[in-house]
Amino acid sequence: MSRAPFKPSQQVDFVVIGSGAAGGVMAKELATAGFSVVVLEQGPYLREPDFKHDEFGVVYQSAMVNNYKQQPNTARKSESEKAKLMPAVGYGRQVGGGSVHFTANYWRFHESDFHERSLFGAVPGATLEDWPIRYSDLEPYYTKAEYDLGISGVGGSNPFDGPRSKPYPLPPMRIKSSGVLFERAAKKLGLHPFPAPMAILSQPYQGRGACVNCGFCESFGCEMRAKSSTLATVIPMAEKTGNCEIRAQAYVRKIEIDRRGRVTGAVYFDHAKREIFQRAKAVIVCANGAETPRLLLLSQSSRFPRGLANSSGLVGRNLMVDTWAFVYGQFEHPLNEYKGIQVTRVLHDYYQADPKRGFYGGAGIDGRFDYYPISFALEALPPDTPKWGTGFKKTLAECFTRTMTMEAHCSCLPVHTNSISLDPEVKDAWGLPATRVTYDSHPDDVKTTHFARDRMLELMDAAGAQKTWSLPSFDVLPSVHLMGTCRMGNDPDKSVVNAENRTHDVPNLFLVDGSSLVTCGRQQPTATIQALAYRAAERIGKMARSGEV
Amino acid sequence: MLLSRRNLLRTSLLAGLSAEVLEALQHAHEAAQAGGGKLQYLDAQAAAEIEALAAQVIPSGDGPGAKEAGVIYFIDRALATFDQDQRELYRTGLAAARPTGSIASIEHTEFFEALRKHVVMGFLASPAWGGNRDKVGWKLIGFDDAGAFQPPFGYYDTPGNME
Repeated sequence: MSRAPFKPSQQVDFVVIGSGAAGGVMAKELATAGFSVVVLEQGPYLREPDFKHDEFGVVYQSAMVNNYKQQPNTARKSESEKAKLMPAVGYGRQVGGGSVHFTANYWRFHESDFHERSLFGAVPGATLEDWPIRYSDLEPYYTKAEYDLGISGVGGSNPFDGPRSKPYPLPPMRIKSSGVLFERAAKKLGLHPFPAPMAILSQPYQGRGACVNCGFCESFGCEMRAKSSTLATVIPMAEKTGNCEIRAQAYVRKIEIDRRGRVTGAVYFDHAKREIFQRAKAVIVCANGAETPRLLLLSQSSRFPRGLANSSGLVGRNLMVDTWAFVYGQFEHPLNEYKGIQVTRVLHDYYQADPKRGFYGGAGIDGRFDYYPISFALEALPPDTPKWGTGFKKTLAECFTRTMTMEAHCSCLPVHTNSISLDPEVKDAWGLPATRVTYDSHPDDVKTTHFARDRMLELMDAAGAQKTWSLPSFDVLPSVHLMGTCRMGNDPDKSVVNAENRTHDVPNLFLVDGSSLVTCGRQQPTATIQALAYRAAERIGKMARSGEV
Repeated sequence: MLLSRRNLLRTSLLAGLSAEVLEALQHAHEAAQAGGGKLQYLDAQAAAEIEALAAQVIPSGDGPGAKEAGVIYFIDRALATFDQDQRELYRTGLAAARPTGSIASIEHTEFFEALRKHVVMGFLASPAWGGNRDKVGWKLIGFDDAGAFQPPFGYYDTPGNME
């Protein structure tokens, strides 16, 4: 076998599309197993020296996410409407994908998440289903992910978690003031707070140094390599094998198939917008819950007129998004929450759906602070703050160091008509149809966010806040958690991939990312996406070795 | 991940730029700053009018305000480079504000929202972007850009206050 880099004309074992949470894991697992792998990544290959603590440059100028000027979105609430131009989906767009700039929350899903339909029953208007696998099927891979990537936390500290085969490889991150206040309040209310499991190193691990508490985790790349992104962990391992090439600025527009209905590789635009076809024996799409279904829909052919691997008609459907509530509290003394990681304490007491509430849903709640100076001034001040003048300046001066927040990460029901599709008119800068989102919150999801906000206001009071305020309810778009759009299942009529992440329609096409998720837990999907990726990689490797791919 | 979502909303209002372009821009800013606060786009009169409005958003007194932070240089840079599409809004907005020169007279306009956003950004963005001179904005709100910290970070995580 030749070594990376590969020629596009060379048929490699696998093309992996996307280098994020899932794609990075697939690349490492398959390359270390001896397969030749080309990873095609839309975004640039940024390195640690590119990561700056520059809020305006990184956050306000889209340095690390998709850019709506080049890749516009449209959105609408129902299929009868014409979609309007607006930001609707967001994702990390560089090598490492969203794992580079994510907050690094690393919860496992609960046992109940995999069979909530059986536990709770059908929900009218939703397509709630059991997964074809259970927590126990994924548990070894959660553990593998935690050890391979480096996760800090306290195993067993969350009484609602499923059983674990091993503790976390690293002790928990140091508690911050928000964590102290959150924990104090939760205990006062008889709840069960626990140290946040984080994909950030509390101690040196596998040649990387521990976190230095700079505070720039969410939305930023970690220049210390203390955040356990795929960029800092598995991607270098994949490259080191000599079997894997990470090809950045390679924007895939179509997956090709042959007359037998097998995929043959992928056509992409390179950095100069030249079209290149990379040949492969099999293709694994890890492009995220929006880009994966979009690419399948873009890959229509006479054999698959509705889009590749879409005989079920479900590609792009059952879109689940991040659904949340947010509460602020101002305290007597400085917290200086801008120092250190964003989240140090979590509680899952309200996680489980409870029929007694009168609606389906639940939430995981954390104590946090994820603002920087500009975003705080523009978006987080109490609603009664004057917009300008002495009063504005005074509030700004007093509030920044003394505020903490709580966020509820809420369930989001899958609904058949909530979807990713191709906009019939709007095109991106490459001439490809824009992502169109059709989304309207299920009524139970709205009730869940209100329920969670009320619980957080109780917590904030119990924490001793002098003043509390909450974000008004507004539309959930744009969303950065993109899930369910190529759901996993045993029935080819009701799902897109099987329990091995193989598409029901095409034997050498696999989809591994948020699109596989049948339910979304209580958001924070990264751990589950990566556990699925480790599991799928093991199975795909076995199949490839025995000639079944 | 809430912030990321908020970012998306923000960036819809701003021209997104590639990392490479950003880098180049940043160098340009730093070079311009080293040259001593020269205006690139605005003429002296427009700059004076904008600065007077900006000084009403974040006034001087009880510490430096928008004027002392050099917010006008951030705004000039914005209109010269990444927010060129707001030039017309500024032109018509300034004309509307001219009779009174008072921020209150334009408070419910699109121009006010754009100006206010620029003032806040210019006050609190890294000085490399032209404003926040001597980090006066960061000092006002209590933000330390040291880039690495040892605990305890605040009052409540200080041993003795943690219970």
